[in-house]
Amino acid sequence: MQPSLSGYLLIGAVLFTCGVVCMATRRNAIGVLMGVELVLNGANVNLVAFSRYTTLGIDGQIYSLFIIVLAAAEAALALAIALNFYNNHLTIDVDKASSLKG
Amino acid sequence: MNGEAVFFTLFTVSACLGALAVVVSQNVVRMAFWLIICLGSTAGLFFLADADFVGAVQLLIYVGGTLVLLVFAVMLTSSGPYVKIETSPGEVILAGMIGLLFLFMVIAAQTGIDWEGTGSRIAEASEIDPPDGTFDTGAEGHTLRPIGMSLLGLRPDRGAAASGTLFTGYLLPFEIVSVHLLVVLVGAAYLARAKRRREA
Repeated sequence: MQPSLSGYLLIGAVLFTCGVVCMATRRNAIGVLMGVELVLNGANVNLVAFSRYTTLGIDGQIYSLFIIVLAAAEAALALAIALNFYNNHLTIDVDKASSLKG
Repeated sequence: MNGEAVFFTLFTVSACLGALAVVVSQNVVRMAFWLIICLGSTAGLFFLADADFVGAVQLLIYVGGTLVLLVFAVMLTSSGPYVKIETSPGEVILAGMIGLLFLFMVIAAQTGIDWEGTGSRIAEASEIDPPDGTFDTGAEGHTLRPIGMSLLGLRPDRGAAASGTLFTGYLLPFEIVSVHLLVVLVGAAYLARAKRRREA
């Protein structure tokens, strides 16, 4: 199939949905993080496709670069929090993180 | 069927199958492997869309940096061999059905839009000149110089002098994002510093 705008949007939709389902069903905190990465990547595919097939120019690519940098920052901070949680609770199960529940 | 179509089909199939395998597989290390496949073929799609710099950054930062970080976290937080962290089948089926419904909704929304007409209407309404071909913006993938200059605050691709409108670049967002990255990394190093494990 030829590359087209709707083809790229379709890939973005599939990646986004897979990421949301992954975020919703995982109980492992690292798995939830991988779902977040998938969601951000789907958004990136959309931005790059709009940058290629519309009059947006390179603005879409610059936004996707910002998204990549912010995703790296988010992953570093979330992994630090996950390590801290594991050090305190000896598990990585997000359902066990209920100390603040009333 | 030319080479572009072949590679587009190949990268599309591997990206979607990789994403599906990330959702389906239960082992975290296998999830990381399928995520590498998915992100790598997405980088290939970026190259096909004439976004060579974004594709290279995707390979370097995502596949080379973030995923190595994730694999390290998997190793550092491994539970015992008999501890299973799994979701109940009912929740998986429910989430799968809701995900399918959401996917159909998104696909119906994006196929119902006339993208060509919308793009030309947006260009008319915002009175923005389409990018002139001075810097080969996107035409053959020479995106390195336009991206670098707009991160410095210049927009050579927009022809600002001709239309009389001032197009500012992305110098301020670039500075904000770099300071944000610095603060986040210092905070992450502070949070994950080595300390004595609390007796459980």
